[in-house]
Amino acid sequence: MDYFAQQLINGLVLGSIYGLIAIGYTMVYGIVGMINFAHGDIFMIGGFIALISFLVLVSLGLTAIPVILLIVLLVSMAITALYGWTIERIAYRPLRHSFRLAPMLSAIGMSFVLTNFSQVSQGARVKPVPPIITGGYTLHEGAEGFAVQLSNIQILVVLATIVVLALFTWLVSRTRLGRDMRACEQDQTMAALLGVDVDRTISMTFVIGAALAAVAGMMYLLYYGLVDFFMGFVAGIKAFTAAVLGGIGSLPGAMLGGLAIGLIETFWSAYFSVEYKDVAAFSILIVVLIFMPTGLLGRPEIEKV
Amino acid sequence: MSATSARPHASQPSGGAFILKKALVSAAAALVLFSLMIGARTEAGPEGSLIYWTRFGDLAAIVATVFGGSIIIELLRQWWGPVDTDRVIPKPLQAATSFVGRWLAPALLAFTLFVPVIFYNQRYILDLAILVLTYVMLGWGLNVVVGLAGLLDLGYVAFYAVGAYSYALLATNFDLSFWVCLPLAGILAACWGVMLGFPVLRLRGDYLAIVTLAFGEIIRLVIINWQDLTGGPNGVSGIPRPTVFGIPLDNSDDGLAAKLGIEFSPTHRLVFLFYLILAMALITNWVTIRLRRLPIGRAWEALREDEVACRALGINTTTTKLTAFATGAMFGGLAGAFFATRQGFISPESFTFQESALVLAIVVLGGMGSQLGVALAALAMIGGFELFRGLDQYRMLVFGMAMVLLMIWRPRGLIGHRAPTVFLERQQAISSDLVKEGHG
Repeated sequence: MDYFAQQLINGLVLGSIYGLIAIGYTMVYGIVGMINFAHGDIFMIGGFIALISFLVLVSLGLTAIPVILLIVLLVSMAITALYGWTIERIAYRPLRHSFRLAPMLSAIGMSFVLTNFSQVSQGARVKPVPPIITGGYTLHEGAEGFAVQLSNIQILVVLATIVVLALFTWLVSRTRLGRDMRACEQDQTMAALLGVDVDRTISMTFVIGAALAAVAGMMYLLYYGLVDFFMGFVAGIKAFTAAVLGGIGSLPGAMLGGLAIGLIETFWSAYFSVEYKDVAAFSILIVVLIFMPTGLLGRPEIEKV
Repeated sequence: MSATSARPHASQPSGGAFILKKALVSAAAALVLFSLMIGARTEAGPEGSLIYWTRFGDLAAIVATVFGGSIIIELLRQWWGPVDTDRVIPKPLQAATSFVGRWLAPALLAFTLFVPVIFYNQRYILDLAILVLTYVMLGWGLNVVVGLAGLLDLGYVAFYAVGAYSYALLATNFDLSFWVCLPLAGILAACWGVMLGFPVLRLRGDYLAIVTLAFGEIIRLVIINWQDLTGGPNGVSGIPRPTVFGIPLDNSDDGLAAKLGIEFSPTHRLVFLFYLILAMALITNWVTIRLRRLPIGRAWEALREDEVACRALGINTTTTKLTAFATGAMFGGLAGAFFATRQGFISPESFTFQESALVLAIVVLGGMGSQLGVALAALAMIGGFELFRGLDQYRMLVFGMAMVLLMIWRPRGLIGHRAPTVFLERQQAISSDLVKEGHG
């Protein structure tokens, strides 16, 4: 039972990170109707920028960890958001009205560019960082000496996810930008006719998605203590799987899908084999899609005739 | 899905001040984007902790390049005008294009037939030609799924892997010859295609993309982890070389060279491999072209254009999708078997998502459904990819940029060939009682 509880905690933490990335996929899909294949790499860039800005701040002589983390978070969100904006501008906007496969291939190309850009500029080796946030609580002392532990970093990851999600939900449901976004999701042409700046709204969607990916990247760095140039691909397809599992286009679905993938992966590694955890995650995706073709919370597609 | 993009270009501003402003914005964006990624370089220091050093020179150079580059691009854009206006092509040029269009394919085929003769002593070129032809075959195979049936497959490399491993394992464990294994590899890959087809039947569009991607990853992960069977990350080595129907291509007494009474040269094997893959690719092409004219090929094209209308016409979409997957997978599997025998060694590294993306890029760039376009795109992509071999780690960077730029430049591919195979021979005037617009 204790072992189960511990895996539940680990799974939820991993799932929150996937969920944060998955929101970026779902938002872009909901509004533009394309899969932003480069989103996983934006998450990776976010992790790298968090790492480098952390190093720079420490070498500048800052010592207060909360201050450093706050600045790192803001810097990484800001720069990564600019990456999102630039990518949309360069690779997706010219193809907005093109046929379906063109923006997807352009996104795959962009993903290669980002992966190899960070490999060329930062090297191919894994960048380890010493644990920045240590300590934690022992929730339950088991009989056989196994203790259920909740570390501070796990609390931080979950808290950050909840805060970011709350902010994001507020943004989508209560602000002018959120209303524009929902309008564009319904019908771009109609929204444009009613005075919504569609180009700007789509740009902002990419900006917000990238900022959320940057939060996920920084949390990944703090939680696992490493970044490398290839982590975007794996995390990207997991998060994409999460978005599809939850029903692509649906925001609560993305979070639910993220948690589901995180839990499946963790429990599979804990009780079966670590090697096949990704196989398990993908197989469950396929099985879910056979029975629920639009994902867990997805709306049924309306067939236009 | 509109054919032409309808971007407003009329209000495009111009003038020196505008260009300068735009270039300054680009340079400022570049400065922020690259400030940390280029400006600082991290590395694990001697004690294991990370250290970093600054590269402000590189950063300045990149920002200056972006500034200069955006001025040049903006000038070019104003000089060249909007990219997608309907430029009127002069009559002689039109005639020349149609002439080239008619004779390009036969000329290219004739040239290809003589490649081993012309470049007999240049191993590198022969190797490259074999590689290009392998991708031509893969492209033509995927073209059945993506180009004809309109099903987006992001995991095509899985079938390539199934074919390669089928041949490798059958040949090394059971000593079966290449010519026995080749059809077996094709059949096994086709079976996997049907297996993938089943869950996909109810899915459409982008759900299909993720399921095929997941399927490709599952196959790769199983190959890596099932060490007893596949050798895991170490791969399978010692795969037998192909023989000319039982006659080996080596310098032994039974070898082809000895039997023909000519001097042995390792180039013979290359030439044989070249003609083998050429024949396999041409068979793929021929089968595709023939299938397109059969009811099943027409059903694929109908499915691509409109699935709902397709069902309304009584076409069985289930079998249509499954046959498309199976046919595409079979050609992928055959190409995989060829790949295994050419390399003599295979490992999971050859079957990554990158390969799937490369083949998909070839199909889309070639113009979905166009056989000639796919061949030209394979030549351009693989040839271009090889040009940058010396630059190694910059190669994928350049490849990614090329993919983005090509999509912006020609989103419909080199040859935008999507016309249905069947259409009415001549226009018919229909009474205005029947059609409101007059001519139908």
